[in-house]
Amino acid sequence: MSLHPDYSGVYKYKWDNVPPMKLSGLEPLVVTPDMNFINVGERTNVTGSRKFLRLIKEEQFEEALQIARDQVEGGAQIIDVNMDEGMLDGVEAMTTFLNLIASEPEIARVPVMIDSSKWEIIEAGLKCVQGKGVVNSISLKGGEEEFIAQAKRIKRYGAATIVMAFDEVGQADTYERRVEIVKRSYDILVGPKVNFKPEDIIFDLNVFPVATGMEEHRKNAIDFIQATRWVRENLPGAHVSGGISNVSFSFRGNNVVREAMHSAFLYHAIREGMDMGIVNPTMLEVYDDIPKDLLEHVEDVLLDRRDDATERLLEFAETVKGTAKEKKKDDKWRQGSVEERLSHALVKGIVEFIDGDTEEAYQKYQSPLKVIEGPLMDGMNIVGDLFGSGKMFLPQVVKSARVMKKAVAYLTPYLEAEKASGSTQGKILLATVKGDVHDIGKNIVGVVLACNNFEIIDMGVMVPTDKILEKAKEVNADIIGLSGLITPSLDEMVDVATQMEKQGLKTPLLIGGATTSKIHTAVKIDPVYSGPAIHVLDASKSVPVAQELLSKDRREGYSAKVKDDYAVMRENHANRKRDKNYIPYEQAKANKFQIDWDQANIVKPKKLGTQVFAGYSLEEIRQYIDWTPFFSTWMLKGKYPKIFENETIGAEAKKLFDDANAMLDEIIESDLLRANAIVGLYPANTVGDEVMEVYDENGEVLKSFPSLRQQGQKGKNIPNIALCDFLAPKETGKQDYLGFFAVTAGLGIEPMLEMYEKDHDDYNGIMLKALADRLAEAFAELMHERVRKEFWGYASDEQFSNEELIKEVYKGIRPAPGYPACPDHTDKPLIWDLLEVEKHTGISLTTSNAMYPAASVSGFYFGNPESKYFGLGKVAKDQVERYAELKGKSAEEMQKWLQANLA
Amino acid sequence: MTIQDIAKERILILDGAMGTMIQRHKLEEEDFRGEVFKDHPSPLKGNNDLLSITRPDIIKDIHRQYFEAGADIVETNTFSGTWIAQADYGLESAVYDINYQSAKIAREVADEMTAKEPNKPRFVVGTMGPTNRTASISPDVNDPGYRAITFDQLVSAYKDQALALIEGGCDLLMVETIFDTLNAKAGLFAIEEAFEEKGVEMPVMVSGTITDASGRTLSGQTSEAFLISVSHLPLFSIGLNCALGSKDMQPYVDVLAKKADFMVSAHPNAGLPNEFGQYDETPEDMAEQLREFLDAGMLNVLGGCCGTTPDHIKAMAELAKDFKPRVVHG
Repeated sequence: MSLHPDYSGVYKYKWDNVPPMKLSGLEPLVVTPDMNFINVGERTNVTGSRKFLRLIKEEQFEEALQIARDQVEGGAQIIDVNMDEGMLDGVEAMTTFLNLIASEPEIARVPVMIDSSKWEIIEAGLKCVQGKGVVNSISLKGGEEEFIAQAKRIKRYGAATIVMAFDEVGQADTYERRVEIVKRSYDILVGPKVNFKPEDIIFDLNVFPVATGMEEHRKNAIDFIQATRWVRENLPGAHVSGGISNVSFSFRGNNVVREAMHSAFLYHAIREGMDMGIVNPTMLEVYDDIPKDLLEHVEDVLLDRRDDATERLLEFAETVKGTAKEKKKDDKWRQGSVEERLSHALVKGIVEFIDGDTEEAYQKYQSPLKVIEGPLMDGMNIVGDLFGSGKMFLPQVVKSARVMKKAVAYLTPYLEAEKASGSTQGKILLATVKGDVHDIGKNIVGVVLACNNFEIIDMGVMVPTDKILEKAKEVNADIIGLSGLITPSLDEMVDVATQMEKQGLKTPLLIGGATTSKIHTAVKIDPVYSGPAIHVLDASKSVPVAQELLSKDRREGYSAKVKDDYAVMRENHANRKRDKNYIPYEQAKANKFQIDWDQANIVKPKKLGTQVFAGYSLEEIRQYIDWTPFFSTWMLKGKYPKIFENETIGAEAKKLFDDANAMLDEIIESDLLRANAIVGLYPANTVGDEVMEVYDENGEVLKSFPSLRQQGQKGKNIPNIALCDFLAPKETGKQDYLGFFAVTAGLGIEPMLEMYEKDHDDYNGIMLKALADRLAEAFAELMHERVRKEFWGYASDEQFSNEELIKEVYKGIRPAPGYPACPDHTDKPLIWDLLEVEKHTGISLTTSNAMYPAASVSGFYFGNPESKYFGLGKVAKDQVERYAELKGKSAEEMQKWLQANLA
Repeated sequence: MTIQDIAKERILILDGAMGTMIQRHKLEEEDFRGEVFKDHPSPLKGNNDLLSITRPDIIKDIHRQYFEAGADIVETNTFSGTWIAQADYGLESAVYDINYQSAKIAREVADEMTAKEPNKPRFVVGTMGPTNRTASISPDVNDPGYRAITFDQLVSAYKDQALALIEGGCDLLMVETIFDTLNAKAGLFAIEEAFEEKGVEMPVMVSGTITDASGRTLSGQTSEAFLISVSHLPLFSIGLNCALGSKDMQPYVDVLAKKADFMVSAHPNAGLPNEFGQYDETPEDMAEQLREFLDAGMLNVLGGCCGTTPDHIKAMAELAKDFKPRVVHG
């Protein structure tokens, strides 16, 4: 049955001679009849979202963009953007935001709906979108002449448009008025004066609230729905849209009723032909899940089925108020069978009952191996599948692994008694290579692989090649996985591969970690090793790769295919290398970054020399934490704190955040970590556009820091930058200053890590390391601020929020050796010497110049307001030779350290 | 016979590269300056569009060679004929003359050829290049909201160009080598305004550029999204040119051929540039690859972009003779 007396059944699209509406962002959106309903995201609207309004007013565009991104990720097929607010310059805000969206491919892939009641804002928006968007909206409100003029302009800009059911007299609020206005609008638009494509017309038939208590509002919903049917039956190609949340306006504060009303309204309107709508997906109940009694009351109101419908719903609403928010602790799962309980505990990551349940399972199966291979592996397989299909996230998986490890630990004595061990998919040996101390990523890989029934032998950090090979032979490893974060580790990995080749091994080698890359593996590692050497991007990719490598049928084919791919990459790389343009080093120096030193206001530091801070307050450091990278360590993508609103990962991110803060509380309360720092400020000048000389109070050279310079061919007026450009050249006669720092927040981490290890608790182990890293970064941020304000004092009056600090809006920079502006790790021993870092702070350097504890940061301070971060890029042979000479090292050695940057 | 009528019967042939042909003449600064610009304060070498004024003999000869090779349509020498592109040379004020003269000399050669072979009328398309700025991409990675050019500036530049091209006597207009669809939309907006002002209507061709194997324009659109974004005008044709050789271009032209309600064009490069930046695909190789386009019935208009010469166009014209044009629906 149709809700419209003149028609029957569910609406079926009948205009096969009219083409579908075609819209576009970076990708097409073709609205075919079988698409049923186009969901328009509504949160980037200042009139509908106070938060979005605040972000726009405060120009926090990053976060505003995150809202748009979340909507698209959450399934919005079009995003509505509205900047109609009295305090905003709507034209400018619309232009800025749409321009920003254009540079975010994840958002820009969908079409934009330019939403404003002001024509000039609409037109400004139309000038910013390369795709075919939708105007929201025009109407006959201002008369025919204006309507025609605007429609013609929209056509010329190449957009579809929403037309409001509104005319010179007012907004349509009955069925008859809706039909009258849309008919007139449609005829004008498709007529000879405008020639608008009928399929590009969308009518907004005005959703008005029901159950307001006013007699004349009783038919608001049913009139809309019936008018929808009329439009679809009578106006070829035209679409119907509306803003749904209006209908439930009377029930603000009662989300149970509102969600039910939205769903029921949509259900009926879509059946009658509504094919587009502005909907908040979080305010929508599944139609079939609405309790029968509530649905009946809601539909009585929407469809105007009883005279007392409103009173009845109001009464009923009182009884359901707020039930949506109540959450009881759910322990029903405890009543299931032991297998069900184990599976539930594994999937949900609950350790509370695991020992008891494991014992019960042991009693039942009478064999520890059968428990592991039966219910426990069944549960872990579910976890693996859910993770593989994106329905579980890393922190959850790590918690599951913790449950599994605990269960296995419980069974271990029984296993030993039986002298049996479980059968697994294969043995994987993991190690962070010699000279490198970073292992968070490697540990995550270990956990994820273990979840997929691989046996993991983790050798820890700083493992020399011979030890790795010894162990691999001893345990007969099926795969060896190498990890590393700093540049010199790349060489260590090549060394491992070379040694393996020499010893005739063919064990597959997996390569992972921050500085590793597919191209490096293909160019440097694969050719020296005849077995498979495969780069693995992240933990989730490690499982399929390991499975392929250990599959009897596919192993050969897979390895051969990777070898072939890498050979192609090598060839392309070799070809590309010739294409790149590098200018001679001398020419790059001549094109240095220019600072007008005559005008420069160089501030002399208030305190020259070094200052040591031992046992710095962690509570204070905590305030400076940038949480976004913390989430990315856990493979949760999104900006803090917006990440909590993400529909898919928000809840999990919040849990992780709460756990992190609980651990931080404990660390601070019980003094579990110690934070030390040293900073030093010295007179310094640049010499010969390539060396930064650091002086003592008498002008004697204490240390020289040669500086690497960008050497790529640059466009007009773009300099080849080196850090030394930010320091006054000696020949200017101006005394400038340079600072150095080293901070750590990881002292004393070992006992706690051991404890977690003993407890088979990877979750807390990884958490602790990730937190120590965050604290070290925060500490560096904090010390930099104190240096700017107090010790150097060139910015004594700056006032920045933590967000602004994270965005680095302040003056001056603190580049760190090993990072893009100065990738050379051998700057670290020079700083260590100059400040006596190890003696004062306890941070040591490994043979590869990695810092230990790993949660440490060190670097330079530049105070010049024009100094900025940049990426060095590749450098050519002439510069490497000169640089080696300045560093007092051989060119070969220097090449090793700089290999990631060699042209 | 109008060009629309001819297009129903056979595949139209467009000309090949202008720049490649100009390079053969090894022109010097004074060739570019001529008498008109001899006192211009900055160097003008490389400003090819200027040659329509200062060395019309060369440009006319190139047009003539392409017509003789079998082209039905030649493109005016106006790839950089907007004040935005000419600003690099400080020649914003020369924009009208560049476009008017370019159209005029192409018109003269076309008329001369048509007079010789009245059964094969020749046409001139006024070419509007992408300019050297992008309306939806920031040139500054640190400031993604920044734009070096606005939509309104592009409309004004393209409108000046379109008006001069119309006055110079073009038969069609073409917005081509589109890296950024928003630039193209401004171009189309300007063309409609110019038509309105002049009270004329001409066939309009649109040709985008898929930059690499990602299958997207520089501004990030897929070929279908690009098609949708410029479909608000009743175009004469839509197609792709530049950046890719025929082989690499084929899958994206195929998308247009499947989805477009307009005629479809392709004018690929002569392969990919070699290590010295030269294109070395021979006419025979190129024709061989283009045969697949025609076998599949994908094209209505065929021509060449960077690196193609009258020999390439000749090979294409001979190839196309044996094929029916793509049938346009809608």
